[in-house]
Amino acid sequence: MMQIDLSVRNVTKKFGDFVAVKNVSFEVTDGRFFSILGPSGCGKTTLLRMIAGLTEPSGGTIEIRGRNMVGIPPNKRPVNLIFQHLALFPMMDVGENVAFGLRRRGESRSVIKKKVEAILDRVGLTGFAPKTIGQLSGGQKQRVAIARSLVLEPAVLLLDEPLGALDLKLREQMKVELKKLQAKVGTTFVYITHDQSEALVMSDHVAVMNGGAFEQIDTPQNLYNQPATPFVARFVGENNVWSGKILRSLGNTAVVETVDGNCFRTKIREPMEEGSPVVLFLRPEAMMIQPDPSRRGLNRFEVVVKDILFDGANSRLLAHPLHREAELLLALPQNRQYDYIRKNDKLEIGWDVQSGICFPERESRF
Amino acid sequence: MHFKRWGLILFITPVLLWLVLLIVLPQIDMLVMSFRSETAEGQVIWSLSNYKSFFEDSIYWLTFVRTALYSILVTVLTFLIAFPVAFFITKVVNPRFQGFLLVLLLVPFWVSELVRVYGWMILLRESGVINHILLKMGVLEKPVEMLYNDAAMVMGLVYTMILFMVIPIISVLESLDDSLIEAAYDLGANMWSILLRIVIPHASPGIVSGAIVVFMLSLGDYLTPKLIGGKNSLWFTEQIYNQFIASFNWNQGSAFGFLLLMLSSLVVWAGLKLSRQDLKKVVQ
Repeated sequence: MMQIDLSVRNVTKKFGDFVAVKNVSFEVTDGRFFSILGPSGCGKTTLLRMIAGLTEPSGGTIEIRGRNMVGIPPNKRPVNLIFQHLALFPMMDVGENVAFGLRRRGESRSVIKKKVEAILDRVGLTGFAPKTIGQLSGGQKQRVAIARSLVLEPAVLLLDEPLGALDLKLREQMKVELKKLQAKVGTTFVYITHDQSEALVMSDHVAVMNGGAFEQIDTPQNLYNQPATPFVARFVGENNVWSGKILRSLGNTAVVETVDGNCFRTKIREPMEEGSPVVLFLRPEAMMIQPDPSRRGLNRFEVVVKDILFDGANSRLLAHPLHREAELLLALPQNRQYDYIRKNDKLEIGWDVQSGICFPERESRF
Repeated sequence: MHFKRWGLILFITPVLLWLVLLIVLPQIDMLVMSFRSETAEGQVIWSLSNYKSFFEDSIYWLTFVRTALYSILVTVLTFLIAFPVAFFITKVVNPRFQGFLLVLLLVPFWVSELVRVYGWMILLRESGVINHILLKMGVLEKPVEMLYNDAAMVMGLVYTMILFMVIPIISVLESLDDSLIEAAYDLGANMWSILLRIVIPHASPGIVSGAIVVFMLSLGDYLTPKLIGGKNSLWFTEQIYNQFIASFNWNQGSAFGFLLLMLSSLVVWAGLKLSRQDLKKVVQ
């Protein structure tokens, strides 16, 4: 059985009347990369600060390696936090920054020197100890911040959107590096971000947070393919949305009539009554352009191409259903098969019954 | 281009005039005067006698050393009081009250130093408020003179100088990112090591610039030592005053003035060296 490094149970935080974190529970087992994904202001930073001990929860318990953390100040907790803007100490050089925590523990000079060198090697900054913080690039600062925390061998490393300040190219690179580093050192990571791609690429498990509460905790694949709530469906990845109502319910599939007049068959997760309002989500890549006419079991409808949004591997078709205004985004694979498509072309679109994601309308928070 | 040059001249002329006419020329004149002295026959000659008499007459150099040491003490005490105040205003108190607290700090300084010093005298003198209260409460049997001693004078100086220390420290502490304090706390530091390793190193340019101002003002102060310190607490500025006004010995007074200038330069230089600060950084 895996050891549980971090266990959060029914944690709530109120600021006056405002509830920042609502009854959140989750567990992270040893060596996992756990992400909390949510829009800004959803309470994820507050949650992280409560785990680090910088904010007191209003209710609930936080246990780290089975030890209750109530009343234990941050300097006595076996967790370390990487701050959003890293918070490296500008009055110290790289070596002193990394050694800061070890010095506070009162470890001997020779041990500190050895450990600092070892961790700087590990993050790929060999020989950087005498440099000042101002001499470092964004990515190097990142790694110093991580080294400064990892050298203390925390049970859990907390990361508060540490890639947010980097430019796009570096962020992509650091994403992969961070994942590799985590696998190498085996420390449990709890990572918060508003960037779904960071969460999906790096994590073993992702919790999607909205309005202070967790919407879903799952693997990245499941979050994407089987979102549990409309919020998750909208927030994780791109989605096309239709409002509609159930025309006929057929066990685990149903026929939905959308407001723009199309009738689609889609799988449903729970039995729904005929006539009840629903929202239907469909991923851009779930729609097939000009599918083989012989293929059965597809929802088919016609669209008019409004625009071609070229973006390399991420290219999209902007289209609207025939005689309707609603906009749809379709994935446009760049494999030359669809090079003939031009603006204002009429296309037949098909999608598999299993690709639809259907929720009762009442659950919608929008 | 033309405008730019004229603008520069227009801007810089008053500054240069002020510097040359009011600072450089009088200083040169004083420097010259300090090396002149009158012989018995009434002839004015070049001589080092003004400086020699400073070292020969122990009252002069004792006052000189006393003034320097007390000014350092005043600087240290001012820092010890100003730092917690500045820290409280910038980091502890709700930001909404920050402005209000700063105004509270400034209000006493709208009143002139003279009036404030008289305020202290009213409190401390033998027939003053504090004596009156202590007598009424029965703590004292007969009134005690609290004025005219070194302790009262140092307290008066610290009170006069406190603002010049608080303001620069507030401005450096405001630029200290709270997350640095939190990061240090998270990495296992306790309150003391956060203060010594993070807060004070960050605030040191402000502390040093506050200390320089307080030290120099206190070294050159005349009013507070004269009124609160009285005859028992000699201050070197009083010696200079005596030479210029009482003895009418301008040559001797100029020499004392230069010695004071050298002393303050020396102590400031030593202070900068000790705290490993750069004058450029401190002045910013």
